Amino acid sequence: MGGKVVTISSGKGGVGKTTATANLGISLASLGKKVVVIDADIGLRNLDVIMGLENRIVYDLVDIVEGRSKLRQAMIKHKKFDRLFLIPAAQTRDKMAVSPDDMVKLTDELREDFDYVLIDSPAGIERGFRNALEPADEVLIVTNPEVSSVRDADRIIGLIEAADKGPGRLIINRLKTDLVKKGEMLSSEDVYDILGLTIIGIIPEDELVLSASNSGIPVTLNTQSKAGLAFNNVARRVAGEDVPFMKLDDSPGIFQRLVGLLNGR
Amino acid sequence: MHEELIAIKGFSDGLLISLSPTESWQSVTDQLASRIDEKADFFAGANITVELGERPVPKYELSSLKALLERRGLTLSLVRSASNTTQKSAESLDVPTDNGAAPEAAEPMARETAPVNSEETGTAGVLFRRTLRSGRTIHSEGHVIVFGDVNPGAKVIALGDVVVWGKLRGYVHAGAGGDATAIVCALDMSPSQLRIAECVFRSPPGRRKKIMPEVALVRGDEIVVETRA
Ligand SMILES: Nc1ncnc2c1ncn2[C@@H]1O[C@H](COP(=O)(O)OP(=O)(O)O)[C@@H](O)[C@H]1O
Ligand SMILES: [Mg+2]
Repeated sequence: MGGKVVTISSGKGGVGKTTATANLGISLASLGKKVVVIDADIGLRNLDVIMGLENRIVYDLVDIVEGRSKLRQAMIKHKKFDRLFLIPAAQTRDKMAVSPDDMVKLTDELREDFDYVLIDSPAGIERGFRNALEPADEVLIVTNPEVSSVRDADRIIGLIEAADKGPGRLIINRLKTDLVKKGEMLSSEDVYDILGLTIIGIIPEDELVLSASNSGIPVTLNTQSKAGLAFNNVARRVAGEDVPFMKLDDSPGIFQRLVGLLNGR
Repeated sequence: MHEELIAIKGFSDGLLISLSPTESWQSVTDQLASRIDEKADFFAGANITVELGERPVPKYELSSLKALLERRGLTLSLVRSASNTTQKSAESLDVPTDNGAAPEAAEPMARETAPVNSEETGTAGVLFRRTLRSGRTIHSEGHVIVFGDVNPGAKVIALGDVVVWGKLRGYVHAGAGGDATAIVCALDMSPSQLRIAECVFRSPPGRRKKIMPEVALVRGDEIVVETRA
């Protein structure tokens, strides 16, 4: 079947989907994989900015779907990794311009030449989410360790399961170890207790993320960044490696990993 | 008594409402509104599939039906119709559609659930074989078994009993038609709210108890939670 389509979702906006997509794209490419990242957030494109490619956009996703551009013409090669490409979202306001079927056709074509197709899903549960979900082989759900974000993630996981794409694996983003210790933030165990999904990554809060996004050089390229390292580990787990969790003083406990094993995850 | 213009069936993840394809739209939707208002408890928060048959429903009519449901806290999650006009209307409102040709396959939850029959004739129920997540509601005119957790933000509303083989942390209403003999069982009983018939029980806040299987039932006019050997 060729490459694998991995969709990054969350329900709520602002939890770190786009950040995760950009960093996983870079990390997978640096592992030698051929990768395309697709910005499925029509009307609110920003994956291009975070990857530092906004000045190179000529065509976008809607141009491909509506036949104004060939697939290859619209794909933007990354400045540093020649195995990494971006398909940007359109700026049009018509969210209905792309259908789930269009996305399946598009990704089927991409699977032939690429190891991974990563799709950055928009917030919400509307058309854009269904576009991102339909072609997925696996869904990574990003959540912040806070009650409302976990509640939204739970909703989305329910929809993913109902579409037979589930249950997916979880990225817990913006964990603040000091707050967890003080009992002011949910721990990764608390999040697991509610959602019951295998955790594929725990990303600490890291101010380098924002400056990296502003400069268009995702944080995973910065070896000083803990978040960058954590995203890199997620990429290696996506690629099938068994990578131990970093010491954030909040790695998933032995009990949870046992449960994961027992459930065959 | 005049003819029923609508039929309502509880199923896996919501309610299926069939509207007569021939009666006037006005009388059909009027009757729907009053049926919902009569049994507000039973309908609470449901995902609704509306079956419209051959009737061509223009966009403005469908959008008023959607609004009628939404005003009552219900979500129009699927429109089942054999009419192209109706399907187009639904699409332009971004409501999923199917043509009703394969009703089982069209309902994504159907595979996950199977009808169960208790010993009493006629009381069918729902078996849900995974975690019921936030935003989802099971409605049943019989019993409900969840083989998984009931998460915060999820709801189970049953005319009969509710058995949760997992953690119960959402909202449960057993005996929702008024049957005070209904019971609720869970491996970990920490509901956000638990109702049996007209009685309401809230988990005492901050209660850090040992986790064990428990049964909630009505004694006198109060809900009590007990362990059973
Ligand atoms: N681990 C992190 N540490 C600090 N800031 C983060 C982290 N992850 C994301 N952010 C910031 O959170 C904001 C939202 O992230 P973004 O990826 O755009 O979310 P989404 O795509 O889910 O809407 C951005 O300003 C981003 O820089
Ligand atoms: Mg985004």
